Amino acid sequence: MNPESLPAQLRRAWAVAKKDIRIYYLKGPVLIFGVFMPVFLFLAFYMGGRDLPLSFLIPGLVGMTLFFSATAVSPAIFPWEGSAKTLERLASCPITIEAIVFGDMIASTLFGIGITVITVLIGVGVGLPVLHMEILFVALFFGACCFSAIGTLLAVPPTNIPSSIMMLSSLLKFPLVFISGIFVPLAQMPSWGVSLAAFSPLTYFCDLARYCFSGEHYFSIPVDIGLLALFSVVFMIATMFLHRRTMPRRL
Amino acid sequence: MTEIISARGLVKTFGANRAVDGVSFTVGEGEIFGFLGPNGAGKTTTTRMLTGVIPPDAGTATVLGHDIRREPVLAKQDFGVVPETSNAYTDLSAWQNMMLMGELYGLPRSLAEERSTDLLKTVGLHGKKDQKVQAYSKGMKQRLILAMALVHDPRVLFLDEPTGGLDVQSTQMILSLLRDKNREGITIFLTTHNMEEANRLCHRVAIIRRGKIVAIDAPERLKMAIDRVHRIEVSFDREVPDEALGKVSGVAGVKRTGDKYVLDVLGRDAAIRSLVAFAGENNLQIVTLNTLAPTLDDAFLRLTQEGGP
Ligand SMILES: Nc1ncnc2c1ncn2[C@@H]1O[C@H](COP(=O)(O)OP(=O)(O)O)[C@@H](O)[C@H]1O
Ligand SMILES: [Mg+2]
Repeated sequence: MNPESLPAQLRRAWAVAKKDIRIYYLKGPVLIFGVFMPVFLFLAFYMGGRDLPLSFLIPGLVGMTLFFSATAVSPAIFPWEGSAKTLERLASCPITIEAIVFGDMIASTLFGIGITVITVLIGVGVGLPVLHMEILFVALFFGACCFSAIGTLLAVPPTNIPSSIMMLSSLLKFPLVFISGIFVPLAQMPSWGVSLAAFSPLTYFCDLARYCFSGEHYFSIPVDIGLLALFSVVFMIATMFLHRRTMPRRL
Repeated sequence: MTEIISARGLVKTFGANRAVDGVSFTVGEGEIFGFLGPNGAGKTTTTRMLTGVIPPDAGTATVLGHDIRREPVLAKQDFGVVPETSNAYTDLSAWQNMMLMGELYGLPRSLAEERSTDLLKTVGLHGKKDQKVQAYSKGMKQRLILAMALVHDPRVLFLDEPTGGLDVQSTQMILSLLRDKNREGITIFLTTHNMEEANRLCHRVAIIRRGKIVAIDAPERLKMAIDRVHRIEVSFDREVPDEALGKVSGVAGVKRTGDKYVLDVLGRDAAIRSLVAFAGENNLQIVTLNTLAPTLDDAFLRLTQEGGP
């Protein structure tokens, strides 16, 4: 097979993803964090005395879980591998930078979906049925793709110090959660709040999740899915383009 | 001879530091080409440009006919790299590292397994193949990295100081594996600051200093080039002014170390005769007189000194 061909590069991206999962995701602390995050989020919000109905709360938590788990590890992989010099090994192998980034995205997509399923199960466990399973699958898929692209996008600044990247990503991640209609329904937001929320892909994911659990939604479902997909593609192209430019500066 | 590696005018600048300054050379098929130079000469930077890890600021490099910038994947598919700092994944076992390499080079699983078994046996790691690399010694890591670089049966191998700081056993194992692979037809590009290693292993050696190549030749010929300038060590029963010795016919330079003088001379025989005559004329007794055999070290030092020979 021509090593430059798309199928060949996709197989190599999958090799990178398996490596990521083995090394970075299937680690005790990461798994524990991943599994307990949905539980703690639920406890904090449900037991915390805020009178949010479950049908509103659970979709928001599903959104937060997916967003935080899909962006939890991937920003640090490039800096880690840069400082461990394993990035130099990848750079001398016949795999494109795009395929390396794509491999990182696959790994964080799978991790994000795996962890978010726990939140969904908690929702079902406390008596909230999933009304639209197929839409939930579609939403999880595009949401995870989109957020993992954001995760690798956060790794673009060419520093090899993981903690500074993690700091930077927290600074960007938390505001995004607050503008995305997780705590306040979009319908109750002032118009400037809705305009702001429209810039966040998490908004569309939460809107979809809400639809799946309660039937309510703010935007139309095709618009939600279409925009989530569009965000995924745009972020993916952006992260690949930017990594191609900054990668040589890490080596 | 088919041209396997070719570098033309490679330049790399870090800030104000011109690490590599117009390096050009070619390596033919089946050659072991040594890239010899002191620390900081630009060996690693050159190797990283040749292997497509960092882009050159100017110049081009081709490996097996593929320009490393324009067709990086095709070029990389056919070479293996042992970089300066060992970089296997320490959280994976040796076996998992080998399998990862197999996948990154697109090998079918069964072929990767077969080759990995053979290679790990060859480098003496098969018994520890399921241990995490974290627990490996430096020598074991380096042997693993060599095995990883060979799993796709490359036609060219780049090694950056592969034996630097290793124990004797690992060094011997690596060097003999390199010789075997070369006999099987692999072209080898190797950097080193170890003269002996270059001398014993390489067919041709380029000497690099401050980012510039100062000589390229067979190691014996580099030695011979230096052979024209001999050194003689002499001491007398009393002090002699350096200038007086410098005026003796055939002596090109005088350096004093303790009570001995090291003389750069143009011809050994003539210089010894005139030194004896000089001693006689000045009523000096010669206490010691040694001719110093030129080594590749001398060649190296001379060629890398300002101005050259
Ligand atoms: N990434 C880098 N950033 C800045 N300077 C560098 C970098 N890599 C190498 N250099 C500088 O370039 C010069 C050549 O280094 P190098 O190629 O590593 O030499 P060698 O391998 O021959 O010891 C040195 O002066 C070194 O400090
Ligand atoms: Mg070096």
